[in-house]
Amino acid sequence: MDSLPMNHHATPLARSFKIQMRVIGALLMREVLTRYGRHNIGFLWLFVEPMLFTLGVTALWSALKSVHGSSLPIVGFAVTGYSSVVLWRNCANRCALAIQPNLSLLYHRNVKILDIFVSRLLLEIGGATLSLIILIIVFMAVGLMAPPADIGKMVGGWMVLVLFSSALGLFVGALTERSDLAERLWHPISYFLFPISGAVYMVDWLPQNLQPLALYLPMVSGVELLREGYYGPALVHAHYELIYAITSSLALMFVALLMVRQAAGRVQPE
Amino acid sequence: MIELQGVSKSYPTRHGTVHVLEGIDLCVTKGERVGILGRNGAGKSTLIRLISGAEPPTSGHIIRDMSVSWPLAFGGAFQSSLTGLDNYRFICRIYGADYRDKLDFLYEFTELDRYLKEPIKTYSSGMRARLAFAISMVIEFDCFLIDEVVAVGDSRFHEKCLHELFENRADRALIIVSHDQGYIRSYCDRASVLSDGKLTCFGNVADAYEHYQNVY
Repeated sequence: MDSLPMNHHATPLARSFKIQMRVIGALLMREVLTRYGRHNIGFLWLFVEPMLFTLGVTALWSALKSVHGSSLPIVGFAVTGYSSVVLWRNCANRCALAIQPNLSLLYHRNVKILDIFVSRLLLEIGGATLSLIILIIVFMAVGLMAPPADIGKMVGGWMVLVLFSSALGLFVGALTERSDLAERLWHPISYFLFPISGAVYMVDWLPQNLQPLALYLPMVSGVELLREGYYGPALVHAHYELIYAITSSLALMFVALLMVRQAAGRVQPE
Repeated sequence: MIELQGVSKSYPTRHGTVHVLEGIDLCVTKGERVGILGRNGAGKSTLIRLISGAEPPTSGHIIRDMSVSWPLAFGGAFQSSLTGLDNYRFICRIYGADYRDKLDFLYEFTELDRYLKEPIKTYSSGMRARLAFAISMVIEFDCFLIDEVVAVGDSRFHEKCLHELFENRADRALIIVSHDQGYIRSYCDRASVLSDGKLTCFGNVADAYEHYQNVY
């Protein structure tokens, strides 16, 4: 994305990559400053904010144990479930309308709109991941959560969620750049997605005819694998379609990148 | 060298496509100082954005064999909620320049002192111009693109700019767009006139000025 298609004097790929890394690094630092500033705990908000969300939901679910009619330990269930919601929802929300407030930065030739999206995605992914890790460690320390059964599977499930969330973020970002309507529609859609995203249920609890339908949502496979990793196969019977989840996320990513590229030719610096 | 070959730019509007620039050819080599004269709305700022690479042309080619600054203009290029210093660091990072050893220069050139720690949105346009100029000097481009900014600021700022650009950086190229021929005359070796989306090049400023008087 570094050299424009109109420049037939192309920059070598390795140099383009170096420039892009530099630009994304600079955008990351700037993003942290504009969002969190230098006041009180500053950039710690990056993961404290998602942590507070997850903590609140965990407390609520623990108080109303009835929400899930199962014998699964509720704290682990809430932490794994809500962290995954925080991940895909924050990625999409932060990419929505991300270009407009950053138009003045596009005056600098090397800043592309893809870089703006990537820097925001990296921040959200970093924040959500740190929040998940810290919550698990803290709850383990105070005895509210058992240690994970299989960290490898948890990492795998989280990676699937990260892939899907990045694709969703780029897609929503490019779409909202194109029309304001998309931004208005995205909020109700994300609301409806939350209860069916796999955060509040296990696929196994669904009636059998609904189970394959649930797995059409790529994030459901990610959460299932994450939970299988956390609880172990003895406690949960997870259902996932990893190949489908990964290929559908990659397909979404491909479409989103094409849309970003198209938007880059249309967006004018302020 | 910067070379524009048959560059055109059009924008879709509600009243159909507007062709702002059509078939522009321009070549600027190292050390050259080129002025571009044109009235308000002639497409000067669009042309300078294309040269800088901030926007792609609709058709044609732009070759940049030297490092080119962003358009040094009244607005744009800064994040207005960040302080002058934060913007300075951000822009240095983007262009891979070290911001630490040039801090003294920044303070000295801009004379903004404590304002450098205030958000850009509190700056006047003269203060922004001083900051933009100083940052571009720190990054040391081969070619500076100047969009009317020399017109703002007091005579002291002018003197400093002249000193930095023409004495300390006499080997750099300069492209100035303006509707004021006075500036073009005092800063440029040659000039071109932009009218009706076409660019007419002249070997010296006097000829360009005469043509400018005739078209407008």
